[in-house]
This record gives sequence, structure tokens and C-alpha cells, in this order.
Amino acid sequence: MAPSVSVREAYGKTLVELGRQNPDVVVLDADLSRSTMTHFFASEFPTRIFDCGIAEQNMVSIAAGLAASGKIPFASTFAVFIPGRCFDQVRMSIAQPRLNVKLVTTHSGITVGEDGTSHQAIEDLALACALPGLTVVVPADAIETAWVIRMAAATEGPFYIRLCRPGLPLVHNEDYRFELGKATVMREGTRATIIAIGTMVATALEAAENLQQAGIDCRVLNMSTLKPVDEAAIVRAAGDTGAIVTAEEHLEHGGLGSTVARVLARQHPVPVEFVAIKDTYAESGPPAELLRKYGLTAADIERAVRTVVERKG
Amino acid sequence: MTQQPGEIKAPSLAEMQAIARKLRRHIVTMIGRVSSGHPGGSLSAVEIVSTLYFRVLRHNPRDPQWPDRDRFILSKGHAAPLLYATLAECGYFPVEELSTLRKLDSRLQGHPDRTLLPGVEMTAGSLGQGLSFATGVALAGRLDSKSYQVYVLLGDGECDEGQVWEAAMAAAHFKLDNLVAIVDRNELQIDGWTCDVMGLEPFNSKWSSFGWHVIEADGHDFTRLEEAFDQARMVKGQPTVIIARTTKGKGVSYMENNADFHGKAPTPEQVEIALRELE
Repeated sequence: MAPSVSVREAYGKTLVELGRQNPDVVVLDADLSRSTMTHFFASEFPTRIFDCGIAEQNMVSIAAGLAASGKIPFASTFAVFIPGRCFDQVRMSIAQPRLNVKLVTTHSGITVGEDGTSHQAIEDLALACALPGLTVVVPADAIETAWVIRMAAATEGPFYIRLCRPGLPLVHNEDYRFELGKATVMREGTRATIIAIGTMVATALEAAENLQQAGIDCRVLNMSTLKPVDEAAIVRAAGDTGAIVTAEEHLEHGGLGSTVARVLARQHPVPVEFVAIKDTYAESGPPAELLRKYGLTAADIERAVRTVVERKG
Repeated sequence: MTQQPGEIKAPSLAEMQAIARKLRRHIVTMIGRVSSGHPGGSLSAVEIVSTLYFRVLRHNPRDPQWPDRDRFILSKGHAAPLLYATLAECGYFPVEELSTLRKLDSRLQGHPDRTLLPGVEMTAGSLGQGLSFATGVALAGRLDSKSYQVYVLLGDGECDEGQVWEAAMAAAHFKLDNLVAIVDRNELQIDGWTCDVMGLEPFNSKWSSFGWHVIEADGHDFTRLEEAFDQARMVKGQPTVIIARTTKGKGVSYMENNADFHGKAPTPEQVEIALRELE
């Protein structure tokens, strides 16, 4: 497998690049700038970063005030705190007034590992997707992360961007171009489509490779923009391959799987399986072991694909 | 007085008293007409908000987005009728539009919506967020080397919210001397007296210990309020809070100091009584 590259570092360094281009780019953090990697920005633009201390609600509403005054604020902390801890602040200070705030969280999902349940954001996508007007994006590697951050800065409106703690293998080439609201076909296939997001894109590609060797060829889509979702790509995948598996490092409720199922139910019902965390909190442990225990490995995706292929008859 | 030339002429004290009566009549009428809204906390802050809009703020109703305007942020969003009445009387929109309060398709939402009505700086209604928002606006002003002042009105009951104190800490930490908070200290919240629901005292020293310059004022005394705003502008290196002592429901006998009228509309008969008292 390809070596891992840090998505957080891609975020921090892209912020610096944006900071050089546009004096209106400002950054907020809540005492985690070394973990979220906004410290790169702090070193170069000390007057344009506001560390709000351990007070995420305040940070979110301050970001709203900055946006209302023409700034492009990037506010960062762990994904357990945004949007969860300050859901109402995101709702009323940012999403309802459609202010130009970019909420970028790190340490999402269970791959945060040993810190355990308290630090594992597995509900954040459901919360973020429930907010009208909020654009929700989950990059799949460092190259895509840099694109997404640049795109967010250049696109008026509120964003929720979800990053993970561990480095991720590069699934895109250097010539990749991110398009907001468009799924990327990572590989073509005819028997089923695996729609994956974030950390699960690399896993989905691994699963597709294994399935290919077993004679089942699968399309793989990277659905990095979860909201607004690329409905056309979902419907096309259902039409072309007749079966769908979704894969996400999130609860089955309210994330990618729910979104895809909603689109299919209305426009093109086909057999669907969901690779996601079932209705449970996780626990402490090494990331790889957690992914195995909570059903988020390539083998889990392969099983789900075999199930949907069988169901389509 | 630092308004834009040719805009609003600063009214005299007698004129201010007439404006306050007019605003109170609007508040009672608007809420009475739709049989819903929050009269108590709107009436208590009439002198505070009218002093700001008619004598203190640098603003231009014909250019609500003027980048150099002083900002007024209503954190206690349930006092929307007061904000709407004031904005209308300043000329931000026609006074007749006040009759659309809380009705379908109106720009005058039950709580202020910044996307709909010019002059509304912040979408509010969920308490506790205004001081943080104002902190962001003040930080932006400093980054842009703008000389505008940021004023934010909080309720005293609102100060139960932890976020208010997160913001109080941050604004002092960032040394935001372009930020002035005003607390409408009417000592009543929905469930009763603030001291019975959740003790705030020692209120002044809470603010000063958080690093704020504290000014106390009679919140119904125009002269004293204007002095307080003048003094606040002089303070350097720290934000200022004006703790304005007020009476909830001020000006309407049966609403004064009556928590029932926090969020209850007067009946048509009660509206008539109120309007007679406010002549």
C-alpha cells in the first residue's frame, strides 16, 4: 500500500498558502493548534490567528462575527466538538445566516484510536448534514484536502470539512482537480458500486482490487462532497451497476449511507448495503484493531458487495 | 455626536422622550396586533437602544452596509420589536411595515434575521451568542484598522449562559477597547426574579474580575446613558460593560416588574390601556 501522508499537515500548509494570497483569511483555534496544524498559520500570521482557548462555542460565534465583517475565518478543533458541542452556535451563528465560515475539524471517526469514545466523532456528519445551507466535505487524502481547503476559501458560504488524525495513503494523483459537489470515479466497474468517503476511499479501492481478483468488478466512487451530494453520480451508478455499497467511518445513521439511500429510494431503488458503525459507541484501541472490531475493513466491504450482488439476482 | 452629516439630526432631550414614547407605543401595538411577542424586555431597553441609534451610533439608514458604521448587535433577540421600531423610526424601512411583525412572509421575524432585514447585524434568538459575535466583529475592525465601535445588548437573564462568560474572558484577553456591552439589568427572567432563578451577584465585580471596565447607569436616564457611552469610548486597553438598571415592562403600569409579560402579548383591551398611558 502507498505510504501515508498527513491530511492535517496538508490543511495547515494550505492555510499558509491562502494566508499569503488573501489578507482576509483568518484562523481560529481552541487550544489545539498543534493537533489541528493551524500552528503553521500562527507562525507566519500571528495577528491573524485567534486562539480562543478551550471554549468552542465562543470560537464558533466569534468566527461568525468575523465573517459578518468580511473576513474568511477557518475555525478548527476536534470533530467531537464541532458541530456536536456547539451545535446551536453553528446553527444560529453560522448556518441560518449563511455566513462565510469554514469549520475544519480533525480527529474524526474511530481512527483517533486510544483516546476512546469521548474523542471519537462518529455522529458529526449526521449533525452537519442536518443543518440547512451547510456544505459538508470529507477529503480522502492530502492532495484532495489541499484542494478542498482552497475551494472552501474561494466559495462564499458556510462549510464543514472533516479530517482525520492518521495519515492517509494518496488515492489521487498530483494532477487531480477537486470539483465541489461532484463525485470522483476512482475505478470503473459493472457488478456493483462502492461509494466511499474520507478514510474509507482507500479501503474501498483495496476491497475493489480484491474483488476484481475474485471476478467481481466494482466501480468505486469518492463522494467527498456529502452535502450537496452528487445525486446524478449515485443514480448513474445504480443504473449502470444495479447495486450499491456505501462505506464511511461514521455511524450508519445520518451520514453517507443515509444520504445515498435517500437519493436511491426516490430515483432508482437497487439493493444497498452499508459499511458503517452500527448503533454503538466505540472504545479505546489501536486504530487498525478498532476498524476491524467495528466492521470497517476491506473485508467488510467485500462481504457487503457480495451480499448486494447476490440480492440483485 | 458622530453621525454622518446630513443623516439623522441629534434630537434634544425632550425629543428623545417623545421618541421613547413612540417606540413604546409601536412595541405594544405590534405585539398586540399579532397576539405574540416579548413586550417586557423590549420596553425595558427603549432608552438604551434609542440613545444609541439617535445620539451615539455613527450609522446611515440609507446605506446599512456602510463599512465604517458603528455596529449595534442585539444579543437578547426577543427584544426584536424594539429593534424593528427603532430601525423603522430611523428610516431603515417604512414604519407601516411594523404591522407585519411575526406574520408569514414578513421581514420582521419573531427574532431578528440578518438575511432579511437591512440594519439587523446578527441573527439572534438563541441567547448567549451575541457577545461572542460582537467579539468577532470587534476583532475584524481592529484587523482592518477601522475606527468603528461595536455595541452589544445583553439581557441579565441571558448572562446565565456560559458562553457569555467565555466571550467576556476572550474580549478582555484580546483587549478589545472598541467593544461595549450593555446589560439590560431589569432583574427579571421568564421564571421570575433573576436572583431566585440563578444568582448573578456580585454581577459588577464578575465583569471587572474578567477584565472589563464597568460602568453602572440608570438605564432609563438618557443623560446618564449618553455619559456612559461617552466614557466607554475613552477607555483604552479593555472592553467596557454598561450595567444599565432598568424596569422590565417600563412605561406600561400592569407590565412593570411583571415576569408574566416577558413573552406574553397584551389583549386588545390591555393594548388600549397601555396606549393611553403612553400618550
